[in-house]
Amino acid sequence: MSMLKTALENGEFAVTAELAPPKGTDFSRALQIAETFGDRVHAINVTDFQSSTLKASSLAMCKALIDLGLEPVLQITGRDRNRIAIQGEMLSAGFFGVKNLLALTGDHPTVGDNPGAKPVYDLDSVGILQAAKVLASGVDMSGNKLEGSPSFFLGASVTPEYDPIELQLIKMEKKIKAGARFFQTQAVYDIKTMEKFKEMTKHLNTKILVGIIPLKSAGMAKFMNKNIPGINVPDHLIDRLKNSNDPVKEGIKIAGELIVELREKNLCDGVHIMAIGAEENIPLILDEAGL
Amino acid sequence: MIISQNKPFEEILGFLKNSEKIVLTGCGECASACNSGGEAELIAIKAKLEDAGKQVLAFIVPETSCNYLLVRRDLKKIKESIDEADAIVSFACGDGVQTVAKQVKIPVYPGNNTLFIGEVERVGKFSEACRACGDCVLGLTGGICPVTRCAKSLLNGPCGGAKEGKCEVNPENDCAWILIYEKLKELDQVYKLTEIREPKDFSKIAYPRTLNLRNSGGGAIK
Repeated sequence: MSMLKTALENGEFAVTAELAPPKGTDFSRALQIAETFGDRVHAINVTDFQSSTLKASSLAMCKALIDLGLEPVLQITGRDRNRIAIQGEMLSAGFFGVKNLLALTGDHPTVGDNPGAKPVYDLDSVGILQAAKVLASGVDMSGNKLEGSPSFFLGASVTPEYDPIELQLIKMEKKIKAGARFFQTQAVYDIKTMEKFKEMTKHLNTKILVGIIPLKSAGMAKFMNKNIPGINVPDHLIDRLKNSNDPVKEGIKIAGELIVELREKNLCDGVHIMAIGAEENIPLILDEAGL
Repeated sequence: MIISQNKPFEEILGFLKNSEKIVLTGCGECASACNSGGEAELIAIKAKLEDAGKQVLAFIVPETSCNYLLVRRDLKKIKESIDEADAIVSFACGDGVQTVAKQVKIPVYPGNNTLFIGEVERVGKFSEACRACGDCVLGLTGGICPVTRCAKSLLNGPCGGAKEGKCEVNPENDCAWILIYEKLKELDQVYKLTEIREPKDFSKIAYPRTLNLRNSGGGAIK
């Protein structure tokens, strides 16, 4: 049974933390960090060649986490694998005891560190969810019978600051139809964004984990505003970072405050913390958030 | 139209390292329209090759370089030159090059890179609009092709990567799905986006593809 699913279904405020596999064969640092999360997170969400950069695979890291008694979320994008490889990955994940799966389109190879790679996109995020759902029924996408089938608590992503938002909502509903039971959002910084998004999605029967990326500096905030689709850090937060003697600490504080406010106002079912290379700070964010 | 572009001259010279006597072929259709294989281009290339010490024995611009019979007819007209030549350089699309290559016994080298099936936006300006996916979805997408114009060929709507309506892969390109959404809104057909589109069946478009209408009485809907 997925702990993440149980937590969400019981109405607990769920916490997941994102962790990337290493670029290389040395998993020790990543696993040490994962152990510091302990039981303070419901699941550790392992990226699948995040930002199209080559790393060890998500599944290997998920297996290593399971061996440590931690619960992973396996991310699968459509970028690198066709439907044979995606379904195969899911069967392998089922064998290893992975209980949660997050389906993503995947960034295009040209934005990554092997930009000449052939993009696949045989299945889009909706197709990946469909594949997981059909495998759970005991057959593959072509209807061939399986010897044992995997069953995942399925998730997907959504960008609350997307313009036009209607287009995100239409796709979100398709993802729900295809089997998504929870969503994690692109990083949010403005409580008003989630107030609006909550209102727009109140008719949907799903769970929403708000994406939290702790800011490390005013420069990082400005860079993300300029370059990362769907991210909007308000000026007053940039000023706080600029005026701080310890912007990393300030960023952790900002993240903690946002989580507290989201929780108090009941604007989501949990949070998904993406520390992008500063995962050791995740317990500090949880301290700030009182989690 | 098939959009093509001349290869760098150095690359063409590389093919011709051991060839002195050359015949050039072009194409009267697409490559002429793209300024990559019409008569004017062949005249200019002939001069450049001669400057590089090559002999250009003849050049022809077949009406359509991808038409086997037309190419055969035109090659016959310069048979003597071909018999004497060491190599042919074809300034057509990749199809046109192969149509020439299968009819002669000397090496045929490509003078062009074939880029895409495109639309002529205006003279000299081309954009990719169709990837010949074999299973047209335009009826569901307001006449805008997501297979071609979305860098990920997504079928169920956009990824999260658009910024101010532009694509993450090339910010000069509009996000196809935002265009589709705006168009369907105009047409009052946004409902077409709500249904899940199943993954494409690539077994239907395993290449090389062929089409033979000779025994079926034509290509029209029966």
